[in-house]
Amino acid sequence: MGWISPRALTRMGMLNMNRRNVDYISRYNERSSYPLVDNKLKTKLVVAEYGVKTPKLLQVVRQQHEIPHFREMAEDLNGFAIKPAKGSGGKGITVITGRDEDEFIKASGVRVPAAYLERHLSNILAGLYSLAGTPDVAIVENLVQSVPELAKYSFQGVPDIRIIIFQGYPVMAMLRLATKASDGKANLHQGAVGVGLDIGTGQSLNSVQFNRPITLHPDTGLALENINIADWEEMLIMASRCYEATGLGYMGVDLVVDVNEGPLLLELNARPGLAIQMANGRGLLPRLKAIEKLKRHHFTPETRARYAMEIFAARS
Amino acid sequence: MTTRSRIPFFAAIVLLIVAGISIATWRHVELGIPWLTGEQQPVWMVEARIDFEANGEPVLASMNIPEQSPGFRILSEQAASPGYGFSVIEKNGSRRAEWSKRDVVGEQTLYFKTQFIPDPSANRDRPRRAPRPIAVFWEEPQATAVREILQQAEERSSTPESMTRELIRLMQPGDDNTQNTTLLVAGTNYLDLVVRMLNHAGIPARTADGLKLEDARRRQALNPYLQIFNGEEWLTFDPRTAEQGLPEDVLLWRQGAESLLDVVGGDGSTVSFSMLRQTIPALQLAAMQSEENGLGFLSLYQLPIEEQSMFRMLLLLPLGALMVAFMRIVIGIRTSGTFMPVLIAVAFVQTTLVPGLIAFTSVVAIGLLMRGYLSSLNLLLVSRISALIILVIFITAGLSIAGYHMGFSTGMTVTFFPMVIIAWTIERMSILWEEEGAHEVFVQGAGSLFVAVCAFLVMDAPLSRHLTFNFPELHFVVLGLILLMGQYTGYKLSELRRFTPMKAYD
Repeated sequence: MGWISPRALTRMGMLNMNRRNVDYISRYNERSSYPLVDNKLKTKLVVAEYGVKTPKLLQVVRQQHEIPHFREMAEDLNGFAIKPAKGSGGKGITVITGRDEDEFIKASGVRVPAAYLERHLSNILAGLYSLAGTPDVAIVENLVQSVPELAKYSFQGVPDIRIIIFQGYPVMAMLRLATKASDGKANLHQGAVGVGLDIGTGQSLNSVQFNRPITLHPDTGLALENINIADWEEMLIMASRCYEATGLGYMGVDLVVDVNEGPLLLELNARPGLAIQMANGRGLLPRLKAIEKLKRHHFTPETRARYAMEIFAARS
Repeated sequence: MTTRSRIPFFAAIVLLIVAGISIATWRHVELGIPWLTGEQQPVWMVEARIDFEANGEPVLASMNIPEQSPGFRILSEQAASPGYGFSVIEKNGSRRAEWSKRDVVGEQTLYFKTQFIPDPSANRDRPRRAPRPIAVFWEEPQATAVREILQQAEERSSTPESMTRELIRLMQPGDDNTQNTTLLVAGTNYLDLVVRMLNHAGIPARTADGLKLEDARRRQALNPYLQIFNGEEWLTFDPRTAEQGLPEDVLLWRQGAESLLDVVGGDGSTVSFSMLRQTIPALQLAAMQSEENGLGFLSLYQLPIEEQSMFRMLLLLPLGALMVAFMRIVIGIRTSGTFMPVLIAVAFVQTTLVPGLIAFTSVVAIGLLMRGYLSSLNLLLVSRISALIILVIFITAGLSIAGYHMGFSTGMTVTFFPMVIIAWTIERMSILWEEEGAHEVFVQGAGSLFVAVCAFLVMDAPLSRHLTFNFPELHFVVLGLILLMGQYTGYKLSELRRFTPMKAYD
């Protein structure tokens, strides 16, 4: 692995960390809107008003003394996910896919006792995973059953689709597939595979794992070239709606496709990562600048999504 | 935020940096605080030695001592004379050192030491009230001779200075008016004569005694000089060559005063001088002077020593913060906890580097092992951290006692590490280990230590210790640089590596 010259990066319009923070996040994201996205519970409630669906909320654990109720509630559940409301980067999310008598089966296949989950809840409440270490609440959600067309690519875990929304316009997207290395999580820095998606069609472009280009999924061995996301336009519109809901000018929208419910919003991110550029093999800056140059913005999510599909299409 | 608002921002940064540098430069020039640590300044140590033979009566010896010598500043004064009462008395605008003792017999020696700093700009002699020429009465036949010589000198001159020069030239033997000169000079002190003549001509004049400064000379005598007042200030002339101005290496010991030495109750008194060229650290010199000249109000040296050492430490912190900002923003090194490295670096300053590194890594390593047990206890976060803090204290106590018994007194330095910070570091590392694996722990741990060591090296450099404490205003520059980095939108060094695979798409 060598070095790349800053000039080459500028030529490709690669957005970097400092510029993202100074020129985009701090300029377009109102500080007051952060709690909306940093708290998954608030996100759920606010996007619901704009017709964006999220996984069904089963329980909210707010206090230490509510933890015993969790066991009662979990009695008749098979699959669910425990998340810290203020967690970031997928930290503290525990996914339970099934039961084996008294024990719960994690997404990785490990069996854990109920006490393990209770301790996990207690950690969440104490703020172990929250952004600033502040006390947190734990939310228990229905387990998402990914559509088999996408699920087959992923090693365990639910594949999700990250779309960068800039001033309401979808500018870049990728599909994130969990791997053995990422422990069933869809986080790129933990080793998940990122597959760039063409904004115009929802077709896959390039794929990367650990920042290196790949063509096959390392665990499932499936070719990543011809993935096609169904209902692409609908997903883009859904992602665009989150702009109206939160008012954040620059954010990452994470969607999943559920077998029963269709596309669901998993979470919003006010500081989306930069790896999406590697998965797409192109920089974000030209697209962001194109949106910044627009004299008149489109008013509805539908028109914005359509406009983005037109100008950001990879192959025309 | 729009792009327009950046102009005042950059203007403010430029202002901060310029202000910091110019205040520092001003203080360097005015107070003589050196830029570098080891800078030395020459200082002349002049020792006056008075010898006389006491004849059994009470003795009062009084010597003129310099107050304002042109081109020199007095740094310190000290009298050494066993058994004598000593005081410095100001009389008629001149200072005199007085020694006194009741019963004295035999040879006596008194010493008076003064340290002078050469400073060309110091003490130009401008009296507040212009002196008047002293009325002089001449008897015949001198009166005629004086009148003739003064008339000649006046014809050839236009100012008091040129008048003095002409007069001295006319008074030299071998000139055309030898007759007059010989008449005047006969049987009288040449210099006093010139002074009286000048006063007679309406130019205030007086004598002065100067000392030629040469390193390691002993038993030197004073050389007489002529001074005239030109309406603004006293000017010095060599009474033989008529050369105007004082050579740089001549120190005027006596100016204006009547006599150099008066001894009551003693005979055969002499004064001789020895001198030595010394160098003292320029910083010490500046500190000694700042107390006197009132410009020291910005100096931290006026605080009690205990507060001073606290400030020494505090004022180093901005450098550490600058280092962390640079490492994170421009280089892109990941650290565990934003400013943890600075606090570790501060601890390193107290422990020195290698023992500090060993102590820190061992405390964190042992802490991580214990944390493994704590996590199985299923505790709440707050009590887990609290327990960890206590464990960290146990570990440090254990390490220092073990180190002490093994003969490493450096083991004690472990206690300088901030316990709470270490406890949090262990907690974060442990969670990082569980979530992201040992590799990430290693990357962040090594990154933190690397930044800490860099910050330590910057903070521990003698030059930065010197500059931060003696020029606190330089922190404006540090602040400006940090603010400037806050606007850096370029690529981090680490990103040039991270984005390398993008070469394929270029």
